[in-house]
Amino acid sequence: MDWILAILETLLFIGAAPLLAGWTKRVKCRLQNRKPPSLLQPYRDLLKLYRKQPILPHPASWIFRAAPYVVFAATVLTAAFVPLVAVNLPTAKIADVIVLVGFFALARTFLVLAGMDIGTAFGGMGSSREMTIASLAEPAMLMAVFTLAMSAHTTNLSQAMNYVLDTGLVLRPSFVFALGGLMLVAVAETGRIPVDNPATHLELTMIHEAMILEYSGRWLALIEWASQIKLMLYGVLIANIFFPWGIARDFSPESIGIGVGMIALKLALLAILLVLSETAFAKMRIFRVQEYLSFAYLLSVLGLLSHIILEAARVHH
Amino acid sequence: MSLFLAYLAVLAALLSAVTAAIDGRSPWIDAFIAKGLGRWPQQLARVRHSLAAEDYAARHRQLLFTLLGGSGIAALLAGIGALASGAPLVDTLPFGLPWLSWHTRLDPLSGFFLCVLGLPLIAVALYGPGYVREFEHGKHSLTTLGLTTGMFVAGMELVLLADDALLFMIAWELMSVASYFLVAFQHEHAANRRAAFLYLLMAEVGAIAIILAYGVLAGFGGGLTFDALRCAALSPLWASIAFVLALTGFGMKAGLVPLHAWLPEAHPVAPSHISALMSGVMLKIAVYGFIRFAFDLLDQILWQWGILVLVIGSASAVLGILYALQQQNLKRLLAYSSVENIGIVFTALGLSLIFLSNGDTALGTLGLVGGLLHCLNHALFKSLLFLGAGAILHQTHEQSLENMGGLIHRMPKLANVFLVGTLSIAALPPLNGFVSEWLIFQTALQAGSIQSGVLRSLIPTASAVLALTSALAATCFVKVYGVAFLGLPRSGHIAHAKEVGHRGMLAGPALLAACCVLIGILPAPLINSLGNLTHQLTGADLGNISTLGWLWLTPVAPEVASYAPALVVIGILAVGWLCYHLLYRRTGLEPRRAEPWDCGFGGLPARMQYTSGAFSMPIRRIFQPAFEVQETLEETREGPAGTRVTVLRYRFQVLDKAWLGLYEPAGRGVLHLARWVGRLQTGNIRTYLGYSFFTLIFLLWVIS
Repeated sequence: MDWILAILETLLFIGAAPLLAGWTKRVKCRLQNRKPPSLLQPYRDLLKLYRKQPILPHPASWIFRAAPYVVFAATVLTAAFVPLVAVNLPTAKIADVIVLVGFFALARTFLVLAGMDIGTAFGGMGSSREMTIASLAEPAMLMAVFTLAMSAHTTNLSQAMNYVLDTGLVLRPSFVFALGGLMLVAVAETGRIPVDNPATHLELTMIHEAMILEYSGRWLALIEWASQIKLMLYGVLIANIFFPWGIARDFSPESIGIGVGMIALKLALLAILLVLSETAFAKMRIFRVQEYLSFAYLLSVLGLLSHIILEAARVHH
Repeated sequence: MSLFLAYLAVLAALLSAVTAAIDGRSPWIDAFIAKGLGRWPQQLARVRHSLAAEDYAARHRQLLFTLLGGSGIAALLAGIGALASGAPLVDTLPFGLPWLSWHTRLDPLSGFFLCVLGLPLIAVALYGPGYVREFEHGKHSLTTLGLTTGMFVAGMELVLLADDALLFMIAWELMSVASYFLVAFQHEHAANRRAAFLYLLMAEVGAIAIILAYGVLAGFGGGLTFDALRCAALSPLWASIAFVLALTGFGMKAGLVPLHAWLPEAHPVAPSHISALMSGVMLKIAVYGFIRFAFDLLDQILWQWGILVLVIGSASAVLGILYALQQQNLKRLLAYSSVENIGIVFTALGLSLIFLSNGDTALGTLGLVGGLLHCLNHALFKSLLFLGAGAILHQTHEQSLENMGGLIHRMPKLANVFLVGTLSIAALPPLNGFVSEWLIFQTALQAGSIQSGVLRSLIPTASAVLALTSALAATCFVKVYGVAFLGLPRSGHIAHAKEVGHRGMLAGPALLAACCVLIGILPAPLINSLGNLTHQLTGADLGNISTLGWLWLTPVAPEVASYAPALVVIGILAVGWLCYHLLYRRTGLEPRRAEPWDCGFGGLPARMQYTSGAFSMPIRRIFQPAFEVQETLEETREGPAGTRVTVLRYRFQVLDKAWLGLYEPAGRGVLHLARWVGRLQTGNIRTYLGYSFFTLIFLLWVIS
């Protein structure tokens, strides 16, 4: 029963991801005085790509063909680990938050390898930049997560959420820092402004788009869908770790219903926040990104240190 | 039984050395055979016939490596036996000094490291016959190679078996000196001779530090056997002196920053299967020495030592990988990455020391297990990658990443095996590199249990560095795989490369790749088998590691952290297969082959690809202070007043700061000192007579 629920939750996760992307786009259009597309447009795009015949560039090897499946499978699996509407599901036990970061890295590695597989300048450029950004963002993310792990004495996401729920609303400086760090990382890792621009097709500025330039058809659909899931994953992580209230702690229909409603609300709000920052800021030069990410890293480490200095000491005495 | 197998391993390695030294075609061998088989003319004729046969060289080579492989299998079995039984086996050999015969001992710790040695050795034995074939008709005799390889392996095995400081040092020197000849094997290049000399120098300086460390213990313990050393009651000051000496000596061999600069010079210039053994195994022998000294022989553990090891380990990890990222020579890159991995191992050991000194045995054990597991993992994937790099070198005579590309189309099998190594060393789930780093992170995250605020904040900082290291390692090895195997070939050699012909040259790396996958997916049984080892060193084991079953890892407690790699693999395969089925099989849309997008200009030559140097340029720029970058831009101008630039030549070189900051000043200092001492040598006979006279007077005064 638990396992069925876990699978259903994962399906809901991957099913709702394009909706979140559609909602983000819609809010952004509104803010920029443009006419928004339908909320369901991302689904239509995926369906259209699914039906198209994909194009395989000549120098491609099996890595190019396999990468979309690996990326999608790794992302879906990550979605299965992260509690969306209910805690204490059995899938949360299979992997903890460090494994989650590892899975992001696995998906990214294959995407980067696929980018280099064709041997074009774009692929290499996108790959190099993606790995550079990731190698700064990943430690920042781990540090933010460790802050939580050390407070909650667990790296298991479900247990950590339980811990926050049990202790109630306490203002912890460490959590504030970690939240800031994680939000900055989320923006960088999902390729949003000011680090990357998901809408650009100007060669010199793109990172993510440059890597997947050669993809088309169902492969592109998988990659797009995976990046939508990734966006939602970061949203859910932020929402459920720092503000877990409303998440279902038992599996009764009412609490699950409340859980679904609450997470939808939280994600919708987070999307508005993201869009506000995207509208307010411009994209950075590539060599400014390091400062941005170092700041995120610093925030996360500060969070960890403030936990150790301010909070852990209190527990002992 | 296990000890017998261990002796057998040493014997097989020595026998391989002897076999290499004997050329079956030399006249005295012929005379020897004629004498021995004189009574059986038929057999004599047969032996002579086989010695004269065309494939004699191939058989001789095969025999050498079969003996080495036998040594590897025996070492592996002995190690497994020692790990399983737990009781140490001791023995005394009738060699050595009159009052000190050689003591040997096989306990779980040496057993574990025998396994670490055995697996790569088996792979090397499979790989070697094909790889050394090209040396056969070259300038260098296989005799030297085979002789020193056998002695090198025997030396490493004896280090693991030694139970007294004397045998330990003899074996240690055998290992160091034999590997010097291996580094100097291709001695026609001045750079190789220089690297070999530097290697020998550093090895001997390190050996002196180790001897002094043993000397301190022996001074208090009264005896050179390890049992006597264990009984030495040291004051904290003397214990610290011994510890620092041991850390210097073993750290020098293991390649810890800032003593690492010899390592990336020496390891890559040896033949590739030897590089695999040096990076994959010999560094682990140094780690073994350190663990034996710090965890077993010393009677106390101070938290300051833990901090020292933690800081040095973290620095090695992050600097090693930063330098690795900037290398264009594949084997050099792999050598720098060894510095990084040894740094990770020492980070884990530092954590373990801190927790143990704090009295937290369970967490100390967890850190130790993380470090040991990373030793094994690194031995597996680094040997794999060196053997792979050797196969590329063998097929294309190319070492520079800048000239590679597109090898996945030309060497598809090697490319698949290499991919496993790449993903493992990049610490990606669900492979083995991730498991050990995960355990180390889990150890670091328990820092909250320590009372001291300084330690509590230092450990998370170290884990921050570790996180940065693992992210950079992923970048580094993605670069290696992407530049070498993917894209278009960047040179003619590579474009005409062919798949490795010799089956063993693929089987060796494939064996290691299989081990990487197996440990990655099912780590719990392996970690459980380390229980005897940790009992021996820390007096505890990881009882909680498989609370949920053998598919699971739960290092501290199930509610603190759990990871089930096998379930993860099943999940990923299921989702991947489902997608493939739904998207490809159901639509039946075959992809259309086309040219890649070239902005409509037509034609994308290989030179337009990102190079290895370009790929790591952002990192070079971001971490500028860590490097000494020398860039030059040469312009050739023509036309009126030199306005038209016709040729642009850009060069860059990344230098190791340890060279400039430590090695070169030390070298200058030694030269200076030598010149100063040289003033004694006037060349005047009266001065020398004066020296003798005053020495005599002094001695007479001392005696009377």
